[in-house]
Amino acid sequence: MENRPHFKTLWLGVLLVLPQLLLVLTFFYWPTGAALFWAFTLEQPWGGGSQFVGLDNFSNIFTDRFYWESVLRSLVFGVGASALAMGIALVLALFCDRQLRGYAYYRTALVWPFAVAAPAAAVAFRYIFAPEAGVFAALNQLYPNLWNPATNGDHAMIMIIIAYSWKYVAYNFIFFLAGLQAIPRSLVEAGAMDGAGVLRRMRDIQLPLLTPTFFFLLVINLTDSFVDSFGIVDITTEGGPSKATTLMVYKIYFDGFKGLDYSGAAAQSIVLMVLVMTLTVVQFRYIERRIHYK
Amino acid sequence: MQIFRRAAMALAFSTMLGVAADATAQQRIKFELWQGLTGDLGERVNDVCKRFNESQAEFEIACISQGSYDEAVQNSIAAFRAKKHPTIVQVFDAGTADLMLSGAFYPAKQLMADFGHQVDWSRYFPGISNYYATSKGELYSFPFNSSTAIFYWNKDAFAKVGRTAGPKTWEEVEGISRELKKAGYACPFAFEHDTWQMMEQFSAIHGQPIATRGNGYEGLDAELVFNKTRFVDYVKFLKKGLDEGIFAIKEKVSGATISEAFSSGDCQMTMMSVAGHGTVSKTAKAGMNWDVAMLPLFDGTKRTNSLVGGASLWALSGKSKDEYRGAAAFFAFIAKPESEEFFSTVTGYIPVTIPGFNFMKAKGFYEKAPYKGREVALESLTASEVTPNSRGIRLGGFIQIRKETRDALQAIFSDKMTVEAGLNQAVERGNAILRRFERTYAGKQLP
Repeated sequence: MENRPHFKTLWLGVLLVLPQLLLVLTFFYWPTGAALFWAFTLEQPWGGGSQFVGLDNFSNIFTDRFYWESVLRSLVFGVGASALAMGIALVLALFCDRQLRGYAYYRTALVWPFAVAAPAAAVAFRYIFAPEAGVFAALNQLYPNLWNPATNGDHAMIMIIIAYSWKYVAYNFIFFLAGLQAIPRSLVEAGAMDGAGVLRRMRDIQLPLLTPTFFFLLVINLTDSFVDSFGIVDITTEGGPSKATTLMVYKIYFDGFKGLDYSGAAAQSIVLMVLVMTLTVVQFRYIERRIHYK
Repeated sequence: MQIFRRAAMALAFSTMLGVAADATAQQRIKFELWQGLTGDLGERVNDVCKRFNESQAEFEIACISQGSYDEAVQNSIAAFRAKKHPTIVQVFDAGTADLMLSGAFYPAKQLMADFGHQVDWSRYFPGISNYYATSKGELYSFPFNSSTAIFYWNKDAFAKVGRTAGPKTWEEVEGISRELKKAGYACPFAFEHDTWQMMEQFSAIHGQPIATRGNGYEGLDAELVFNKTRFVDYVKFLKKGLDEGIFAIKEKVSGATISEAFSSGDCQMTMMSVAGHGTVSKTAKAGMNWDVAMLPLFDGTKRTNSLVGGASLWALSGKSKDEYRGAAAFFAFIAKPESEEFFSTVTGYIPVTIPGFNFMKAKGFYEKAPYKGREVALESLTASEVTPNSRGIRLGGFIQIRKETRDALQAIFSDKMTVEAGLNQAVERGNAILRRFERTYAGKQLP
């Protein structure tokens, strides 16, 4: 049994969490409640009325082949983007942690991309990857049709994964670096005195001790890839070509905001919410517990 | 997205400041107009509002850009539900069906009659007014910024292959494209996946239906049919040209839009809105000679009028009598020939009334350099009596239907689907959207 300090009177505790509760209620539970209501009705956009349709909205999306394709694509995107963003960030953080010459400048520079708004980054990447005008145009001159995200769905997917990861490399980098710096120097130095080389020390000392950070970031990266990818997709590909980059979150945006199908979009967002919640619960309950080094 | 919103907010804020400054003199009746244009075009709409404010002292209109057509509708819906909506909102063509069924508006005809404005509704070009009118021809909103698609061609390139006139048929376009290709032009004709130009305009001018029940005007039970019309031949025709290398697709994601590709002289022919006429004038490569023509037809087809694109102005319900009086005055103001001349001059949009067009024509507007050629748009819009297939498109969920069609076209043009399979899929999915829309408005009838 833990002996945690706690307030004797209940009302003081309630009073102290009340402001936060109000915020959560207004900005999370209320909209979620409205979405839940819409998900079981057919809602007229201008508010002319709605009718209860039970699970129809859900059966509609679950029987739609293209919906399942968008789920699969979101998973591919999530895994791809997380692997890329975390992999690059880890390598950079390991290098930075070795305090090679000029590392302080790298450290600052590498944090910057996270401060760039997604649409701005997307415009830049759209240009870089444009098959006829951008950096890749030169490549296409040498090998015609080697790269064309405008017509090739796989290319378009690679493009949004790279554009999205670029920002998250910076985010992951901060955490990895902090994680590495929290490892006692004495451990690494002891390894060095025992004759372990740089790579050996990384593999046997630093990386294992970094696993809590690693799994924390994995959860954040995956969940963010489900909900934060909208800006990149909207600016670069608009879900195309031929739905090849229509992720779950982009489909919700398109059906709801552009198509004014509030009920269909609400049902999809409930599904997305459940998916993200499940993912988070699974990872925190079953994975994170086993990786703490005592 | 964020950037646009911020820009819109800054714009809104500055508009409000402006309002505050000159309202100190006398108490004017204030009301708002939410519009969906940004940048230069958005500024020009604000100019229209400014001109209205300067023309009289009783009312004061504040025009506020919402960022885009979509956002103007989305924000108005959110505001309407919270009862904080503007008096007037600019709604784009595809948003018409939803609003008509909502009952959330003050019908234009009734509004003008209630506040003592005599309006001769036959002043409006039928090709324009019918797009926004009910199936009985009654206008619920005021046609505002209007355009149609036209054909752009490069005179210099044409001269190289010994031609002096723009193409009239698609067969000619094909022939000229081959000649241009042989003469060393890499991109003779460029197009994009946009269904407004490709499917909607093509179907209208060839007299082909897009959906049953008069393209949806007659009832919510309409079904898409564009997988069985001449549109199928047209898609095959374009695909053949792409495979041969004489046609090309130009889009933002591939590096240059059709407008940019044409202006830079990279592509020698294209089709797009007349609203882009001004942009091409401003951005065309120095010394480049170009002209416009009506969209080509397939050989042996009789031309029907093309469809209008753009937006109309709606008065929303639930506002005060005074605000409606102001709205009516504003609508009367923008329908004046002088107002139309102003707006058409500073944008690429066409006048929406016959007197407005005649007024500008009489002044020689269409003979002067940067504006010359824009009359082609009106020629195209008035090419025939308005038919059930060229009146407009009144389909629910039309934005989603356009997207499904566009997705199918992308699959077709990148060899992932055959023309038939692609169009069948688009129609099947589009029909599902229509049925869902019909269910959402169960028991309601299109006026």
